[in-house]
Amino acid sequence: MIEDQSSPGGRDVVTAVVGFCKTSGGPAARFYRSSPSGAIALALLAIVVTIALFANQVAPYDALHTDFTMLKASPTASHPMGTDLVGRDVLSRIIMGARVSLLVAFVSVAMGVGVGFFWGVSTGYIGGRFDLLGQRLLDVLLSFPSLILALLLMVPLGRGLGTVVLAIAVITVPGAARLVRSTALSVTQMAYVDGARAIGASSKRIMVRHVAPQCFAPMMIIATIDLGGAIFTEATLSFLGMGIPPPHPSWGRMMGASLQGMFTPPWWLVIYPGVAVTITVLCFNLVGDGLRDHLDPRLRGKLD
Amino acid sequence: MQTYVIRRLLLTIPTLFGVTVFIFLIMRVLPGDPLASTGDAQRMIILTEEQAAAARNALGLDRPLHIQYLDWVADILRGDLGFSFFRTGEPIREMLQRRAPVSAQIAFFGVIFSWIIGLPVGIIAAMRRNTVLDYVSRVGVTVGMAVPSFWIALTLVIVTVIFFQWKPPIEVAFIWDDPWKSLQQTVPPAAVFAIGGGALIARMSRATLLEVLNEDYIRTARAKGLMNRAVLWRHAFKNAVLPVITLSGLQLAGILSGMVAVERALGIPGLGFALINAIDQRDWMVIQNLVLLFGVIYVFVNLAVDLTYAWIDPRIRYG
Repeated sequence: MIEDQSSPGGRDVVTAVVGFCKTSGGPAARFYRSSPSGAIALALLAIVVTIALFANQVAPYDALHTDFTMLKASPTASHPMGTDLVGRDVLSRIIMGARVSLLVAFVSVAMGVGVGFFWGVSTGYIGGRFDLLGQRLLDVLLSFPSLILALLLMVPLGRGLGTVVLAIAVITVPGAARLVRSTALSVTQMAYVDGARAIGASSKRIMVRHVAPQCFAPMMIIATIDLGGAIFTEATLSFLGMGIPPPHPSWGRMMGASLQGMFTPPWWLVIYPGVAVTITVLCFNLVGDGLRDHLDPRLRGKLD
Repeated sequence: MQTYVIRRLLLTIPTLFGVTVFIFLIMRVLPGDPLASTGDAQRMIILTEEQAAAARNALGLDRPLHIQYLDWVADILRGDLGFSFFRTGEPIREMLQRRAPVSAQIAFFGVIFSWIIGLPVGIIAAMRRNTVLDYVSRVGVTVGMAVPSFWIALTLVIVTVIFFQWKPPIEVAFIWDDPWKSLQQTVPPAAVFAIGGGALIARMSRATLLEVLNEDYIRTARAKGLMNRAVLWRHAFKNAVLPVITLSGLQLAGILSGMVAVERALGIPGLGFALINAIDQRDWMVIQNLVLLFGVIYVFVNLAVDLTYAWIDPRIRYG
């Protein structure tokens, strides 16, 4: 899969890198050994993130520039992915779209998983009525299919970058909270927590110093998987015209905008953004699976 | 079993209550006044002060919030779902009667197709573990779980239009009136959902089958000289597949989520398309009741999944 058969030189480089990863002892190398596909996906993601960071330099054209002599042009050498309905270069918009997608995904998942972590650790540790109330609230959030919940939240919030982030953050909370809670519950039963309590540590200290760190690994795993889900949701919301407002390029929006009118959209306006979404989501899923195997194989069943 | 069922049924009451309160709060408190959005200057519908007050009075919006909430719930329980603000005030109940069969049919076919695709793939991958067949199916599963369903739908339309000059019919067709047209409308989206759903089922059935094949009783079955086929079908299959059945619940959730975008992509007049239209037009009565419908369906799907699971696996009901 990774070997580049066409150029012997390239293959040597790849073999050398793989060989290095297999033998050296760094964290990246250990990750590669426990999950090769996850490590390759991580490398691919690094490329996607780099492209997103340097989008202005990488994109061949201005993503917002409309060229009225090139409306709906099919892919050619000068526009490798063609142009859209108003003559903007599709490749440049996909590159700029990576920036929007990743930004939305990282910010919303950081917010959602952060709240879920806090929620899970506190309800799991404190227990009792507080836990019961927390669980019922999660039940309500979990009673909606996630996209329906996001759409419902978009109604009062209106469209826009910030509201998309907020809506995706809200739908990430319950899953993360539930997983972290179950970990916190089992950690709270452990002898060393009793020990800490016996020597007089406060509840706050036990939660922060003893329970929370144990919940960190599951949190990282679910955050990675949620990143893929967030990109997915953002693309769907934008496709429906509820997400990132125009003219900002967004992968979902590009596909949605191509649907205007009853005409069949030109294939390059649909295929390329969809491939971009799929590859990015795929990479996050693979890294998430790899992280799970690497950090905590016991979670195998729980997160499927 | 009985106590478990009763406990689980009782648990849905606070959940349903929470769902209604949550929807009500989101719809009423956050945006202020539903009429504010209808009297939006951009939409060229400008109500005078008196008209707005009259409309507010007619809709009961001038009453305290808790009364409004109770009114809404009472209406729902009586089966009165209210009217759309658009489409010449069509009753929402009629809209559901027109659109729900299409969506239900898509969801039903979607689940069936996923099983038809997913189960054989999962079983073959588990039986031929670590062979080329297994690797190919695992790559397929991983990709299948990452592809947005609406994108597959769009691609499907492009391909069928280019090669066969065919598009799904856009007007409502019931299976009892015009089966052929109805199938044309519901099979393509169901096939689209079957890719993601099939991937999920293949992945889970492979994992559970591998787990079961590692159990002691399977080793015993092999040790007494049973053929591979007998071990698989008589002993392993049942235990491996039962947990996967509950996946159909998760999958229905995926379909309910994906329905909106897929119906939009294919132009199918179902409930998902109705919801997105309602949000576009800020038709709040329709939004509120449709979201409630989606939520209630999902709550009952989860209930059904839990009860099935308890029925299948005694460890749950006695645990």
